[in-house]
Amino acid sequence: MRYDSLLDSVGHTPLVGLPRLSPSPEVRLWAKLEDRNPTGSVKDRAALAMIEQAERDGLIRPGSTLLEPTSGNTGISLAMVAKQRGYQLVCVMPENTSAERTQLLTMWGARIITSPAAGGSNEAVRVAKEVALEHPEWVMLYQYGNPANALAHFDSTGPELLADLPTITHFVAGLGTTGTLMGVGRYFRETKPGVQIVAAEPRYGELVYGLRNLDEGFIPELYDESLLTTRFSVGPRDAVRRMRELLEVEGIFAGVSTGAILHAALGMAAKAVKAGEAADIAFIVCDGGWKYLSTGAYEGTLDDAEDALDGQLWA
Amino acid sequence: MPVEVRVPTILRTYTGGEKVVTAEGASLADVIADLESNHPGIGERLLDESGLRRFVNIYVNDEDVRFLDGLGSVISDGDSITILPAVAGG
Repeated sequence: MRYDSLLDSVGHTPLVGLPRLSPSPEVRLWAKLEDRNPTGSVKDRAALAMIEQAERDGLIRPGSTLLEPTSGNTGISLAMVAKQRGYQLVCVMPENTSAERTQLLTMWGARIITSPAAGGSNEAVRVAKEVALEHPEWVMLYQYGNPANALAHFDSTGPELLADLPTITHFVAGLGTTGTLMGVGRYFRETKPGVQIVAAEPRYGELVYGLRNLDEGFIPELYDESLLTTRFSVGPRDAVRRMRELLEVEGIFAGVSTGAILHAALGMAAKAVKAGEAADIAFIVCDGGWKYLSTGAYEGTLDDAEDALDGQLWA
Repeated sequence: MPVEVRVPTILRTYTGGEKVVTAEGASLADVIADLESNHPGIGERLLDESGLRRFVNIYVNDEDVRFLDGLGSVISDGDSITILPAVAGG
């Protein structure tokens, strides 16, 4: 495949079958390899779309500074696009994310402001909003509420899935900003309304839920519950177990959040088998495992990995 | 039939610091009523006049009850119930 530039190569990712993990020839699992994007994660789609929309809206021009709360992947994607297009980037990132993410962001030229570990991404959002008030000249694209995030998946991920797998019955992805699920969900509601849209939400250690009160909770502005069929909470133990199984059985080296998504996908597969129904279940491989090697998720027993991930933002 | 209910840090002031408590009920609404009778005050933090509070998520066997039958979700022996505040991901 030939492209005019790196940015032109975002998307168009392979969809690969998982013949050994699929429970039967009638109930099949398919992995959408989003780690094949330029910076190695699904977030390249949203980052490029948000920046291009801001350019069309006249919000930014070369030399502008972008500000974004991010636990890592979105920041890395924005940093890559910003470097190509001549923008500065400041990321607000929780301090309990992996060391690799900080190194990558720095290499791509981003500046990092850390937010407290307790409270996870909630705190990053809060700090970023404060920083935005101090620097009104900076532009916050705000992945949690930017329609271009979901639109990227409506315009690309959804159509790619339908073209490669016209018999698709389920789509499973992680729930973070909700952009992937909202965009793909809306696409299938318009084109193939029977497709079940399933969210896998990472369940972190207690530190991450360290709110002072429940009114500080956060729901991304993009979230529209009516687009989902159901939503599962997946803890680190199941996520790591499935992530290891994916490598062991099918040879795919993925990040921990993909393990959580696979866990939900296998749950849907088991339901289809039990009901005696055929199913083609596509799920997102968000990124490869490279950025998480230092977390301890890839060595030792499941107990070791679970302990190592406690308190970290692993998705 | 008792079920285990996992309580987030922020609500443990009502459970004497306990992370996991037991409660009984045939539906989620019954379980919450039983929780309230043993841990007064907790019910009001979970529910308001419209039902489940906006920033409270409850999962039965890891599935979000908003996609089951909400407060009417059937609870069976051995189910696990997890209460979590809604937080940002990404």
